[in-house]
Amino acid sequence: MKFIIAYIKPFKLEPVRDALQEAGIEGMTVSEVRGFGRQKGQPVFYRGAEYNTTFVPKIKLEIAVADDQAHGVVEIIANIARTDSIGDGKIFVLDLESALRIRTGDTDHDAL
Amino acid sequence: MNFGHWLGRGSAALLLAALAASPAWAQEAAAAAAAAPPAPDKGDTTWMLISSALVLMMSVPGLALFYGGLVRAKNMLSVLMQVLTIVAIAALVWVGWGYSLAFTAGNPFIGGLSKAFLSGVDATTLAATFSNGVYIPEYAYIVFQMTFACITPALIVGAFAERVRFWPLMLFVVLWLTVVYFPLAHMVWYWAGPDFLPNQPGDWGLIYGWGALDFAGGTVVHINAGIAGLVGCLVIGKRIGYNSEPLAPHSLVMTMIGASLLWVGWFGFNAGSNLEANGVTALAFVNTFVATAAAALTWAGIEQLIHRKSSLLGGATGAVAGLVAITPAAGFGAPGTSILLGAVASAVCFFFVAKVKNRFGYDDSLDVFGVHCIGGIVGAIGTGIVAAPSLGGQGFFDYTVLPAVPGTYDIAAQLLIQLKAVALTLAWSGGLSFVLFFVIDKTIGLRPTVDAEREGLDISSHGERAYNL
Repeated sequence: MKFIIAYIKPFKLEPVRDALQEAGIEGMTVSEVRGFGRQKGQPVFYRGAEYNTTFVPKIKLEIAVADDQAHGVVEIIANIARTDSIGDGKIFVLDLESALRIRTGDTDHDAL
Repeated sequence: MNFGHWLGRGSAALLLAALAASPAWAQEAAAAAAAAPPAPDKGDTTWMLISSALVLMMSVPGLALFYGGLVRAKNMLSVLMQVLTIVAIAALVWVGWGYSLAFTAGNPFIGGLSKAFLSGVDATTLAATFSNGVYIPEYAYIVFQMTFACITPALIVGAFAERVRFWPLMLFVVLWLTVVYFPLAHMVWYWAGPDFLPNQPGDWGLIYGWGALDFAGGTVVHINAGIAGLVGCLVIGKRIGYNSEPLAPHSLVMTMIGASLLWVGWFGFNAGSNLEANGVTALAFVNTFVATAAAALTWAGIEQLIHRKSSLLGGATGAVAGLVAITPAAGFGAPGTSILLGAVASAVCFFFVAKVKNRFGYDDSLDVFGVHCIGGIVGAIGTGIVAAPSLGGQGFFDYTVLPAVPGTYDIAAQLLIQLKAVALTLAWSGGLSFVLFFVIDKTIGLRPTVDAEREGLDISSHGERAYNL
């Protein structure tokens, strides 16, 4: 099993979710997060005063999938979330040791 | 019946033109006016009461939301509470001794206490307007002027928002109204009234006697509050994190709501200041509208040129700058010159807010000095130009004769008078405000503790949060 963590631009959340649902992904966790990468924040101006927001808003997706699905999911997210401009985000894939569905007690693949 | 023999602003009144056109009838009318002044016109009275409510709307909710949106979320309620409480305090102080000190006869600097706690005023007493033989109920005049006394100290708090203790600030407001605002209102606006001045020459406030033109409060309200704000922010010091942490506005939506309410309410402020409902009132209304429009566009345009983006906050700030600048000129200029005045004031205010403030490093949190004081100065000086009849302005009336006649207008001489009025206002308000801030700061203290300021004044001063999400 793999655990996929993706950071994407907020306005890409809906298209990514639709594409993943179409590809048969049954669940994900979404959080609003803030961070920075090479972009180092965005400057904004209020009445002529420049504020460098060090942290830029992003959406964090967490998705647990079977090994054979992982590549496809990463590809879908990468394709949909790409705008070719700075700050498109990153995707990390981790090995997932175990999983458990609390209500039924199902474990590992059955729990996904 | 008693007749109030005081009132504000020198403005043209259409009735005067009619009176002057037929001298025989005018003299009869003047004699009749002195003998038995007519009952107040219901239209005038209605307009004054509506105007008063509009000006109150400028403070709460207008100014409160405008300022509230500009601070960080943790200080939102503190600003709302400061504005709300200042309005409440000022209303009571006004009725207590403010009206009497500002608008009864005394010396050129301040009135007396003959009408303290509104003694001698009842539903039948009258206040003069700018036309011979025209009166409004004294209560209508009292409540209209009361709203000005309420909003002016509330304007000041924006200069040191996010870093002031609540009750010491309220003490400041009571003292400031008494020693700064009431005398200044007396100096600029007090005079014996058109039917009384010929018999009481010299019964006027100092600045009025100079012949300074201030239709709705450029000196008394905006320069006065703006310079007091600057002094306050210098005495109190910069916010923790100024220039090192982002102190960005928490809700520009609120700021937009507040700015729009200010614009609407300002029609009461400016057009109400004619004290009657007539053509000059309509002129003040139009000027207020178009000067503001020009100022909002100018600020947004300058931002587009400099930052490549026009911001909402820029548009709203420009609108307020235009409102401030047209205030002293509202009933004097023509719409065309008012548009120019709004645009020029907006550009000058932009320069102060975006450049001068950063250059000198004072922390005027919400740009009270940059917008109100600077915009007020541009407006007060500009009034000397746009009021000229040669430029389509209304000129001024000579009330030392009965009935009043148009005075001879000299732009250069008027500019000098306007400059003197601005200089005295800056010195009076700046100096006395400094003494008040300094003494309160050294005795009870104006600044919250570092921890209280970091936590935010909502929790540390008022024990509540603006948002529980």
